[in-house]
Amino acid sequence: MLARRSVVRTLRQPMMVVPSLLFPLIFLSINSSGLDSATRLPGFPTDSYFDFALAISFVQGALFSANSAGTNVASDIESGFLNRLSLTPLRRVALMMGQLAGILALGLIQAVTFLVVGAVFGSGIEAGVAGALVIVAMSLTISLAFGCIGAFVALRSGSGEAVQGVFPLFFAALFLSSLSLPRDLIETDWFRTVATYNPVSYMLEGIRSLVITGWDGEAIALGFACAGGVALIALTAASSALRTRMVRT
Amino acid sequence: MTEPAIRATDLVREFKKGPRAVDGIDLRVEPGEVYGFLGPNGAGKSTTVHMLTTLLPPTSGSAQVAGHDVLKEGAEVRAAIGAALQEAALDPFLTGREHMKLQTALHGMRGHEARKRSDELLARVGLTQAADRRVGGYSGGMKRRLDLALALVHRPRILFLDEPTTGLDPQSRTALWDEVGRLAADRGVTVFLTTQYLEEADVLADRVGIIHRGRIVAEGTPEALKADIGRPSVEAIPAEREDLPRMKDVLARFGESVTGSPKGASVRLSGGDAQLAEVVRALDAEDIRVEHLQLHAPTLDDVFLSKTGRSLEGQAEEPREPAEAVVA
Repeated sequence: MLARRSVVRTLRQPMMVVPSLLFPLIFLSINSSGLDSATRLPGFPTDSYFDFALAISFVQGALFSANSAGTNVASDIESGFLNRLSLTPLRRVALMMGQLAGILALGLIQAVTFLVVGAVFGSGIEAGVAGALVIVAMSLTISLAFGCIGAFVALRSGSGEAVQGVFPLFFAALFLSSLSLPRDLIETDWFRTVATYNPVSYMLEGIRSLVITGWDGEAIALGFACAGGVALIALTAASSALRTRMVRT
Repeated sequence: MTEPAIRATDLVREFKKGPRAVDGIDLRVEPGEVYGFLGPNGAGKSTTVHMLTTLLPPTSGSAQVAGHDVLKEGAEVRAAIGAALQEAALDPFLTGREHMKLQTALHGMRGHEARKRSDELLARVGLTQAADRRVGGYSGGMKRRLDLALALVHRPRILFLDEPTTGLDPQSRTALWDEVGRLAADRGVTVFLTTQYLEEADVLADRVGIIHRGRIVAEGTPEALKADIGRPSVEAIPAEREDLPRMKDVLARFGESVTGSPKGASVRLSGGDAQLAEVVRALDAEDIRVEHLQLHAPTLDDVFLSKTGRSLEGQAEEPREPAEAVVA
């Protein structure tokens, strides 16, 4: 029931859903036309910048999941709804899983939308239908990772404003990655170093490899490992914060 | 002697940044009783409720609710209580019926039993017609009624209501009072009600505990508390505004000044209501024309004033209790 509630309330907020679809597509459209000449760089993995940039949409969409999850959790704290749930026999684990259901529902809508847009504009998924399913799975894992970060911020701070305040940091992490160029083509040393240590790079590269290359086991494994690792850490942190927030005896 | 529904012994709650929000409270509420916890903002009412409903651990002291210790048997306490806290605690994107569905599911009800209970409670609080509308569109009164219905889903023996009528219009307030009264009278539910409204405590409560700065300063039935004060007060408003200082001087001969209309003077009659005739004669002797003269029986505000030196009515907002539950 909590999962259902999470999904329903997310989908009943158009201002949560629509920007999370539109903004990444607008960004994709601008970048793929403006940066198309980058494909002429020696070593660029594809001659279509659209194919290269499509992966960005999935990760950007996931950042909106962080905002959505965090805002919903903060709203529950500020309104006292969390207190209401605390007074029921509900276990904390069930509460956390319920909250995450909304994130996954939004993540699924995003993933399918971006795949359809990609197909409409001629981006063939090199890894085929099975690869598309793997892209959806990776996208959901990334959504979960960022969603749990958003939930953690909300549970620690109890404030929707704090969640909004953290949102730009996610975009900074996105831009300091292999967002616009493959890592080996980034000329600036410090930028390349940061991108190499940034788990977002591997999330992008995991999805990108399925679109451009096909079945690159290493890229896919690293993508899942980074997304899954961030998800696990963030989920643990969020669960701990929930334990503190729901201080019922 | 029957086991009390609620018992607290020297209950204390400290927060990191601030004085003790609850400073040694002893309480005993009998089964089926409506207990009114009366005090201004920041007095410690909500903090006490949070401790008794297991949402906040006490810093020291002990409490038992429905025979279970709030610290050691939290789950058992929660199973026996319902609570409508200070915020209406509703999701604006869900309908009233969806709230009931969620609440019944969380309390283990399924299928027909859950639907029947939802329909019954929605009808009882007068929300059947609005049940399929999103709560975001409800009025304040409707939200409070839904809040009460949700607190009653699992048929609790003890109900905590934290300022249930704050912000409601008089009609909604009366409707909620009626429902609370019915719960206690017809179903024997113990009600622990916090309020800053004198009238609410006076009308609803079998017994009242007056709390000030984290301590109970007076406790008893409303009648007993008022009788303890004993003496009525007289309020007079002069026909001519410039006579007010002289009127105050005259009335001061008959007792100590109390809070009343800013246009007039009010004193508590040291000799009781028999002095009223003397007051009239004294004002007449000073040639002070009176526009309004009224004898007031003691109120709970008079009780509060006598115990704390301050009036509950029109008291400036005190700092609210800390929002963060940070253990000292």
